[in-house]
Amino acid sequence: MVSIIKSRMLEEMKLQSGQDPACCYQCAKCSAACPVTAAMDLLPHQVIRYLQLGLEVELLESRTPWICASCFTCAARCPRDLDLARMMEGVRLAILRRREGNMFGPANLSPEQLAKLPQQALVSGFRKYNK
Amino acid sequence: MRYRYFPGCTLKGQAKKMEETTMAAAGALGIELQELPDWQCCGAVFPLYEDELITLLSPVRTLAAAEGDPLVSLCAACHHVLKRAQELMQRNEDARSKVTDFLEVDYNGGGRVLHFLEVLRDDLGFDKLAEMVKKPLTGRKMAAYYGCLLLRPAKVMQFDNPENPTIMEDFLKALGAEVVKTPYRTECCGAYLSVTEENVARDTSSRILDSARQVGAEGLITACPLCYYNLENCAGENDGKPVKIFYFSELLAEALGLTVEAGSAKERTGEVLP
Amino acid sequence: MPRTGVFICHCGTNIAATVDIDKVVEAARSFPGVVHAEDYRYLCSEVGQDLIKKAIKEHNLDRVVVGTCSPRMHENTFRKAAAEAGLNPFLLEVANIREQCSWVHRDIAEATPKAVALVRAATAKAAQNDPLEAPSMEVEKRALVIGGGIAGIQAALDIAEAGFTVDIVEREPSIGGRMAQLEKTFPTLDCSACILTPKMVEVAQHPNINLLTYSEVEQVNGFVGQFDVTIRKKARSVDATRCTGCGICHEKCPKKAPAEFEMGRSTRKAIYVPFPQAVPNVPVIDRQACLYFQKGRCQICAKECPAEAIDFEQQDELLERRYGAIIVSTGFDQMDPSGYGEYGYGQHPDILTGLEFERLFNASGPTGGKVVRFSDGKPPKKVVFIQCVGSRDKARGMNYCSKICCMYTAKQAILLKEKVPDARSYIFYIDVRAAGKGYEEFQRRAAEEYDVAYLRGQVGKIFPENDYLVVKGVDSLSGKTIEIKADMVVLAAASIARADAPVVGRILGINSDSYHFFNEAHPKLRPVETHTAGVFIAGACQAPKDIPDTVAQAGAAAAKTVSLLSKEVLQGEACTAVVNQAECSGCLYCEAVCPYGAVSAVEIEERSAGGTIKRTVAEVNAALCQGCGSCTAICRSGSINLKGFSNEQILAEVDAICLQC
Repeated sequence: MVSIIKSRMLEEMKLQSGQDPACCYQCAKCSAACPVTAAMDLLPHQVIRYLQLGLEVELLESRTPWICASCFTCAARCPRDLDLARMMEGVRLAILRRREGNMFGPANLSPEQLAKLPQQALVSGFRKYNK
Repeated sequence: MRYRYFPGCTLKGQAKKMEETTMAAAGALGIELQELPDWQCCGAVFPLYEDELITLLSPVRTLAAAEGDPLVSLCAACHHVLKRAQELMQRNEDARSKVTDFLEVDYNGGGRVLHFLEVLRDDLGFDKLAEMVKKPLTGRKMAAYYGCLLLRPAKVMQFDNPENPTIMEDFLKALGAEVVKTPYRTECCGAYLSVTEENVARDTSSRILDSARQVGAEGLITACPLCYYNLENCAGENDGKPVKIFYFSELLAEALGLTVEAGSAKERTGEVLP
Repeated sequence: MPRTGVFICHCGTNIAATVDIDKVVEAARSFPGVVHAEDYRYLCSEVGQDLIKKAIKEHNLDRVVVGTCSPRMHENTFRKAAAEAGLNPFLLEVANIREQCSWVHRDIAEATPKAVALVRAATAKAAQNDPLEAPSMEVEKRALVIGGGIAGIQAALDIAEAGFTVDIVEREPSIGGRMAQLEKTFPTLDCSACILTPKMVEVAQHPNINLLTYSEVEQVNGFVGQFDVTIRKKARSVDATRCTGCGICHEKCPKKAPAEFEMGRSTRKAIYVPFPQAVPNVPVIDRQACLYFQKGRCQICAKECPAEAIDFEQQDELLERRYGAIIVSTGFDQMDPSGYGEYGYGQHPDILTGLEFERLFNASGPTGGKVVRFSDGKPPKKVVFIQCVGSRDKARGMNYCSKICCMYTAKQAILLKEKVPDARSYIFYIDVRAAGKGYEEFQRRAAEEYDVAYLRGQVGKIFPENDYLVVKGVDSLSGKTIEIKADMVVLAAASIARADAPVVGRILGINSDSYHFFNEAHPKLRPVETHTAGVFIAGACQAPKDIPDTVAQAGAAAAKTVSLLSKEVLQGEACTAVVNQAECSGCLYCEAVCPYGAVSAVEIEERSAGGTIKRTVAEVNAALCQGCGSCTAICRSGSINLKGFSNEQILAEVDAICLQC
């Protein structure tokens, strides 16, 4: 059983991303379009639903915002003109801004990986996990 | 045709091949790409939270450094970040004044921000390009892979139709190649998930390669070093005939009859690596 | 000095709770010219009206001010009462102390002086009022129906049955509209042609109905009761009086063109009737396709026609007709879904729109009634339907719900199962909207008895693989992504306004919403009227709607038309603009801003020092003027006045409001 609450995270997300989850009518087009749903524990439209219901704790524990690769397919097709990529970023930042230190950095990678991966991947990867 | 040129980090590292072939081809086509002095990383990702102004400093600095001249990049990610940063500067006056005040630069959101493919299409013209081709890629079955960053969000990028783009196919046709289309040409390769979730990136990339193989492509072109890396990473793994991954510029140089030696670009521009 | 009576209404507690009525009455007694003031709980009641009538007589009042609700509510009620007491109705003024005072304030101490000021203003204006007469106008007892779909057909039949003459102008070669394209109708599964064709025949045979097919309205002038309409009767190239409808011409014609009636999914000849039941059954030559018109050779149809009805020399004809009322029933279009790249419409022959799929069931459709794939002629075993393609989509489509798609998709899934018993339907939907008599039950039947899989969610990608279409979607209820290897995909594309609706709206002087659907005068209480008197709307040109709603609306529009045509004369607008031609400088800005074409330039002769001179000035046609006041606002010399709202009257109000209490 969950209780539906007014979520601070939601308010912050609305303000900073310019996206209001209330505009979503749950058609799930985003989930149909998303190329990486297989690795997600919540489908993209469920993330918006959780935001609508204020289920902060569950969202903070979800893998989905970290699986999102910001490919913008969801935003390109959303019939409500919502940018889910921005909302995902909002959830990630809510987590990052609430914790000490960074979640992922060069120390987490092997020297082989560091040598092999293109700079572009490293910089964007680190940016995703760092404040 | 003279342009300011922003290479970006990856083009001086893993994607050196893209820069070298582009430079050679540009020379042959009479396109002058003048590298920005003292450039720095574009930031790799565009900040999706509007209070993340710090991430905008670098791309805005680059935009301002172009001094109103058209600014060209080759890497899809760099182009994406620069183009979106420009749009934000045009749209959000508050962000613009904060960022430009901090950088102590004068930038009002002006200037054309172009990907090199747009230069070929809009400024040179694919017809003209086709005329300049010396060794057409006749009989080579090639597919285009667009990925995400050049196309989306379409309202900002204004690169091509986000669902039915044609620029890369038109480019391939101009080079004389036989074009095949994969239904996954606009779908994400997995991007930087290869850093943290390698399996996810593998899944998405092999799906793209499978579909390219299914339509009979012998090669796939891309304009993004990260797409190149992800696709290349699993190009050998799947069953059937392997699909070769190319930077679009490799085929361009080849069709123009150029042989590009590794390291040539660095010597020509005379720039010191950052 | 006028003799003014002031009446203040409590409106129950609506006004009295926020305005101190006694104080307003007391203040009114001190206004210049006021000889009588009183209040009553409900002035709009019969007792209240009698009170006003009695006071007019007793106190010999020649001006009346009523402090009450908005004039939009009851100005007419009170003016009628005044007229019954022998007072010219335009000598009565309403002070709106409800909507503009008591309803928008809480504090009685603030609302009361405002009410006093409003009543004082109305009193000052009333003192300036002149008696006005509304002009009376004759009514042309003939109606025009634009668009011959089911809405236009029903409206025309109802008007004709009431004994009035009605003309139907239809752009296509035949009447019938969208309904003629349908195979069956929900929720009864009636054969569409079986219920429509008798009505089409009735239209053709009715002595009071004139059918003008292959014709378009070009121009509308005039006003309610007397619309002067120019109709272009396009050259059919076939003499309708000779043609017997034998069909030899289109049988022999060698030139093919895409068939509009089949949504371009099959071909017709250059000379053609759009469908077998067409009314009239007279072919048309499509001059853009015809070999003779394009290349100057052929004429096979003329050689073959046994009735010698082919007439290559025929010219477009312009008809000028007068009508008392007009019904607009121009219908709707289906959105082209090729903008939705992920669905691949237009890239593969087995990806269809709802209307295209509908035609597969029809015996005269592109496949002769066989439900088969365009790609290989095989019956589809797995059909995926996608709802809301372009509807409910504010980013790439239309923000509204197209209303009919949920139901026609359920219908098509049922029809498919009946035609291809081993077929299965998959319907991706966002919400099932089945509000309507028998609709919910019908949709449930599809799900429960016809093995239709309803999947709540949308589709992200469709692409061909081998000989099927891969459909990748999601079912949000289970949270599962779904992949279907489908034989056919049907897109429920949005119903949209006709592409040329803005042009039609301009010709008729009626307005539209942001989607170009025509606006009704009031969304609840005046659903078939427009803001232009005498022009009514029916059917899907107003908003997407199903056949029962369309027919009901057509009947309502016909009833409104009949009640208008039944009048011998109409009362025109009394508050019209007048030009003081002595002051008019002839700049004619007023002519440019008049939305009704009521202002024109005239030349007058004036005596001047050395004799007479000629001068151009503006003149207002009172019959066309609707009293909007645009001309008075733009007039630089202040030489146009609106009767009942003259500059003097309005300034008197302003002065009175500005007076301190």
